[in-house]
Amino acid sequence: MKKNLVIIILAAFCMVFVSCSKKEEPVKEEVKQEEVKKEEVKKDYVVGAFFAITGKFASLLGEPERNTVEMMVKQVNEAGGINGHKLVVHMEDTQGDNSRAVKAAKKFIGMGVCAIVGPSRSGSSMAVIPVVQKAKIPLISCAAAESIVVPVAERKYIFKTPQKDSDAVRKIYGRLNKKGVTDVGIITGTTGFGNAGRGQLKTLAGEYKINIVADETYSPADTDMTAQLVKIKNAGAKAVINWSIVPAQSIVPKNMKQLKMDIPLYQSHGFGNIKYAKLAGDAAEGIMFPGGRLLVAKQLIHHHPQRPLLMKYKEDYESTYNEDASTFGGHAYDALLIVINALKAVGDDPEKIRDHIETQNFFGTGGNFKFTPEDHNGLNTRAFDMITVSFGEFKILGEW
Amino acid sequence: MVIRDYIFLGIFLLVMACVPLLLKNDYYISIFVFASFNCLACIGLSLLLGYAGQISLGHAAFIGIGAYTSGYLTTQFAWSPWITMFIGVVISIIIAIAVGVPSLKLRGHYLAMATLGFGAILYIVAVAAVDITGGPAGLNNIPPLNLFGLILDSDKKFFFFSWSVVVIGLLFALNLINSRVGRGLRALHGSEDAANSIGINTSSYKIQIFIFSAVFSSIAGSLYAHYVTYIDPGPFGIMHSVLLMTMVAVGGMHKIWGAVIGSLLLSLLPEFLSFSTGYFKTFGIEYKPDYDTLVYGIILLSIMLFLPEGLYGGFSSAFRAVKNIVKRNGKKAKSSS
Repeated sequence: MKKNLVIIILAAFCMVFVSCSKKEEPVKEEVKQEEVKKEEVKKDYVVGAFFAITGKFASLLGEPERNTVEMMVKQVNEAGGINGHKLVVHMEDTQGDNSRAVKAAKKFIGMGVCAIVGPSRSGSSMAVIPVVQKAKIPLISCAAAESIVVPVAERKYIFKTPQKDSDAVRKIYGRLNKKGVTDVGIITGTTGFGNAGRGQLKTLAGEYKINIVADETYSPADTDMTAQLVKIKNAGAKAVINWSIVPAQSIVPKNMKQLKMDIPLYQSHGFGNIKYAKLAGDAAEGIMFPGGRLLVAKQLIHHHPQRPLLMKYKEDYESTYNEDASTFGGHAYDALLIVINALKAVGDDPEKIRDHIETQNFFGTGGNFKFTPEDHNGLNTRAFDMITVSFGEFKILGEW
Repeated sequence: MVIRDYIFLGIFLLVMACVPLLLKNDYYISIFVFASFNCLACIGLSLLLGYAGQISLGHAAFIGIGAYTSGYLTTQFAWSPWITMFIGVVISIIIAIAVGVPSLKLRGHYLAMATLGFGAILYIVAVAAVDITGGPAGLNNIPPLNLFGLILDSDKKFFFFSWSVVVIGLLFALNLINSRVGRGLRALHGSEDAANSIGINTSSYKIQIFIFSAVFSSIAGSLYAHYVTYIDPGPFGIMHSVLLMTMVAVGGMHKIWGAVIGSLLLSLLPEFLSFSTGYFKTFGIEYKPDYDTLVYGIILLSIMLFLPEGLYGGFSSAFRAVKNIVKRNGKKAKSSS
């Protein structure tokens, strides 16, 4: 019987803790609403944003995304908010973990957000889809896999900003066709992104008459891909395509150099952070990949319709955070821009925001977005340019 | 079961019933639902770790087996979730026998090694067998559970259901340890030789308890799949097995209730930390989510250093100390009067 008291005390402690935690938010909100009434200020527009900020998978993804969103919120509010409403973004870290992403999505829905931006990874996006679909809150994912927004009938509230992986494959295969290369070896990371890319590479190979002679994979935690590359080499590949989003992708060019494989290496659009090229050092020279124009904004011709926006984002980001802007931050920029556009036009009703997004047509960092009820991505192959690494920097390869 | 356990169980039920009344936000309820999965797995693990004295580093894999069996069979063949949950349990039992029999017949921590390898292999299979598991992209559109016509599609409904399952599991476990098997297990934990000498078939007991704990984990996995309605290999890796072990150790591994306390604490702690971020701002300190790991580590370290018997053990010895002081003072008061 003596231990009962302990448990009772514990239970009481639990109750107190639990009841405290319950009261916090409603009280705060009430206070806020009272303040609002007093000052006759318009109510805040509340948006949720969650990215893989920490965690082994994705720190090069989530960090620029979070930075970008924080920078944009500051800019919007300094300029007087959206039609006089202050923009408030709640930030959560998914750590690349799907359970955490689901919990965060539920947290946002409980807060009464009008739209959600993120998450960074395809797996997390897939995990939160049922939750946000049920709550009828528009979600603009910053992850690549095409299955996030397909089939559209089952993804009514889901949109995404990164370019399609099938378009990236088409871009690479198109170039291989022009170069007359048919035998390729593919090596993909075993993440949602890598797996989706592997699927597209295999599906589209027939259409472009590409012959995949070796199909290898590696896990995000691997530190050496020599074994896989030797197989590709022995299979007689004339080019290697590496499809991954994690830092481990930078090991492939290093290993290729060690193995003295001088066939061209193509990367996916997941290579779009100069840090990946820096991780590979000298070995990164000559890598080719389809990428958004943000990476090469300075080299665009002056009347390119995307240039002013890209230059502004790049300069703002680089001056605020003192690091190079990356494609991933751009995805978050586009996603929040979509939400801001909708908020400006129709206010913060989630249903109206959703309907408005389907009509949006604008230039973002990812390309010319043309959303329709049938297309919740809005980009095509023209969103990509082939980019190469030259002297440690990204350069436009040009059409040849 | 002793009277004390019944009283604890009553209090536990009461507290858990109060939770959804106090928490209006679905998010907080969902945290408790996720905690219930850990709790169920930890109860099983506590039997293995605290009573049979065996370490398993592969219990997340059993959770994965439950989740993937349920996920695959319900999405591909539209079978009833209850049947698939049962099939998951059967598969877990078969695998537990295959892993457990050879390693538990040996002395020492061979089970830890075997389950470590098994967990790693299963994770790789989940990632690589794209046609069955969906690979890293996972399985989508898993149907929610249907309880006699009541579809468990909201957090609150699932909360009551999953915690009821935990309570049933608790009843099983508490009954087990207060039976002949439980006494045998405790003898085994004390000294394997002594237990053998008084006629306890130690290896058979160990294997049985390992299977028992695998079943608990498998059910937790099936529940997870039907609650989140999406699974991918991420949550079933080695790190989750280690986390489950930590939960049992933090709560107190020699008591089933320790597993309950440990799993609740470690499931709620990260959320509590992210939630308290706002308060640090009011004190002018910028608290970042990156510090979570640090705080987490400090708490774990101090529990391991100062409460080697876990939270449950720590609390009960603290309670005993307080009681002794009260007694002594009472005696003093009596003698002085």
